[in-house]
Amino acid sequence: METITGSDALLRSLLNEGVDTIFGYPGGSVIPVYDRLYDYKDKIRHILVRHEQGATHAAQGYARVSGKVGVALVTSGPGATNTLTGIADALMDSTPIVVITGQVASPLLGTDAFQEIDVLGITQPITKWTYQIRKAEDVAWAVSRAFYIASTGRPGPVVLDFTKDAQIGSVDYKYEKIHFIRSYQPEPEIRQDRIIEAAKLINVAKKPFCLIGQGVILGHAEKELMEFLQKNDIPAGATTLGLSAVPSDFPQFKGMLGMHGNVGPNRKTNECDVLIAVGMRFDDRVTGDLNHYAKQAKVIHLDIDNSEIGKNVKVEVKVLGNAKKTLPAITQLLEERKRTKWNAEFEPDMKEETEKVINPELHPKTPYLKMGEVVNKVSEAVHGDAVLVTDVGQNQMMGVRYFKFKRTRSVVTSGGLGTMGFGLPAAIGAKVGAPDRTVCFFTGDGGLQMTIQEMGTIMQEHLNVKIILLDNTVLGMVRQWQDLFFHQRYSFTDLANPKFTEIAKAYGFGTREVSKREELDEAIKEMLDYDGPFLLIADVEKSDMVYPMIPAGKPVTNILMGDE
Amino acid sequence: METKKLYTVIIFSENIAGLLNQITIIFTRRQLNIETLSVSPSAIAGIHKFTITTFSTEDTIDKVVKQIDKRVDILKAYYNTDEDLVYQEIALYKLSTDAFIKMGTSEEMIRRYDAKVLFMNETCVVLEKTGHYEETQQLFKELSDSIGVLQFIRSGRIAITKSKVERLSDMLTEMEKKMTKANE
Repeated sequence: METITGSDALLRSLLNEGVDTIFGYPGGSVIPVYDRLYDYKDKIRHILVRHEQGATHAAQGYARVSGKVGVALVTSGPGATNTLTGIADALMDSTPIVVITGQVASPLLGTDAFQEIDVLGITQPITKWTYQIRKAEDVAWAVSRAFYIASTGRPGPVVLDFTKDAQIGSVDYKYEKIHFIRSYQPEPEIRQDRIIEAAKLINVAKKPFCLIGQGVILGHAEKELMEFLQKNDIPAGATTLGLSAVPSDFPQFKGMLGMHGNVGPNRKTNECDVLIAVGMRFDDRVTGDLNHYAKQAKVIHLDIDNSEIGKNVKVEVKVLGNAKKTLPAITQLLEERKRTKWNAEFEPDMKEETEKVINPELHPKTPYLKMGEVVNKVSEAVHGDAVLVTDVGQNQMMGVRYFKFKRTRSVVTSGGLGTMGFGLPAAIGAKVGAPDRTVCFFTGDGGLQMTIQEMGTIMQEHLNVKIILLDNTVLGMVRQWQDLFFHQRYSFTDLANPKFTEIAKAYGFGTREVSKREELDEAIKEMLDYDGPFLLIADVEKSDMVYPMIPAGKPVTNILMGDE
Repeated sequence: METKKLYTVIIFSENIAGLLNQITIIFTRRQLNIETLSVSPSAIAGIHKFTITTFSTEDTIDKVVKQIDKRVDILKAYYNTDEDLVYQEIALYKLSTDAFIKMGTSEEMIRRYDAKVLFMNETCVVLEKTGHYEETQQLFKELSDSIGVLQFIRSGRIAITKSKVERLSDMLTEMEKKMTKANE
């Protein structure tokens, strides 16, 4: 055993957990850690962000594409409070991250010392676990526990608040990986009776329909899900975060669920006789009015989190467990079926949506560019192989509607919290987490400016991120609601924007602005061929809206198609 | 609308600072007022027991308890209604010694309420009564109406389940087995 400082113990513990990347920002109460980090430069890549919120979102983007735990390192006080949005976002979207915040020395705790804030108190409601390390000898234990908790069961954010005296204190270092916590059951026992019940219900179903959630991706159960869907020929829709769990052209895949999802999956939710939800939580953006949601169907809910089952929707068969195990157990008991007629019932809905929404969006006759058109062109140019990162709002809904996927873990977007400003730093994390993949980040002029300073991080780290700014000079989604539900009173949704090309140039990005349809293909090609970060600005019409749309709180069958 | 009822939530947790906050924020989010709260070390060393009463619908309390149970440092959380429980609260009443002696019926009252004199000096008498809320409240009312009460305090509810199942020990046994497995 060797005596080292708490800071060293932290870095060694991170190495023991397989960490090779940290997104961070130094400050007064974390300087001892940064001092030691100087000697770990060959083992740990530290990416200096421009704002601590960026560190957490980058850690999220990294975790989402790589499946590993993302790590953020920040200082106390404002450093810590700046991370809150990212931590809350990670909780809502079940993203495994560990955020290490510096803290004032323990004798100063509770005295309103300079840059002291009650990190435990303010992060407890938005974390899976929070712990304050006050002694160097607790470091190894706390780090091991943090990674175990963040990455197992339903993943989520963990905060370690690390006091300065613990950072400089000494410890006889020994690392033991934790595999067990007596008060924590990450993977509940699977009940065979429930498996049998679920299989029985599906076997006798005439119109089963499956909802794919992110739990499939988090549980690495993509293959198991596809086998399940294929064997019994069950059509399926995906939540926004469940996208890319199966390829976009998978035969049983019928599209996205929810407010701006595809018509078929939403309508069929209220026509199916058995609804099988896998690793999703019936968010209100998916269900609309719960009083008119799948009332005719018997619901089977597969989830690893017991508190999600029955939370929003009454469940007939509760299948608690990891989808990687529960799905194949059910599949084994399923009859091989061909449900040609039922699968074909999605076609008229798709035809209607194509005519009313998709064709006008992708092949418009308007003089100006449309958002969906741009997304579709980029998606075609990367052959569905890229990682899609989005910000929040119209750019997000257009992105997830029209981007196509071949591989899992290809969508990085803020689902539950809906965090504007998420996209740019998340794209940084995505590129670092999947360096061999093309990262296409779609954003709006509102969201981009919320974290635009992270272009500096991209510059410093030479990250090849492709940014497609759908510039409509307004806060488009809010404007859409104002248009539809607030009598066209466009209250504070107009933006006076800077010259984005100039900003891109200042940060050393390649850049191009495009407003003509005939230049779009070539502009996209220029962006993709460019060796380095690129900002492509597509000027789109400010009055454009995202359709289809189920107004908030309305039944899933109440679908607006636009131009009616 | 489902009617609200008094539920007793029983929670076993690791003895870690900040646990109470983790629990109460879950009540706060659902706008549930905590009626009574009692926290103490349990029979098992290192494990704390929380007994919380609150008015709620069964649907809500079920979801709240699941969200509490999910917290990493919580060993077990469950809820019961009064029928499933043996439960008590303890109340202390501070009375003026003069008034108490002059009352004349004090001995009879103490017997009738199964209360006891906990402390007495020349200025005050402190009575103790254990019972359900209604019982301790009844004594308070009778004393208030007759000689007046100088101070009154009632503890949170403590409760024990009548059922055959011992959820905490069952859970611990199960977890011990898992630990042995994990360490193998």
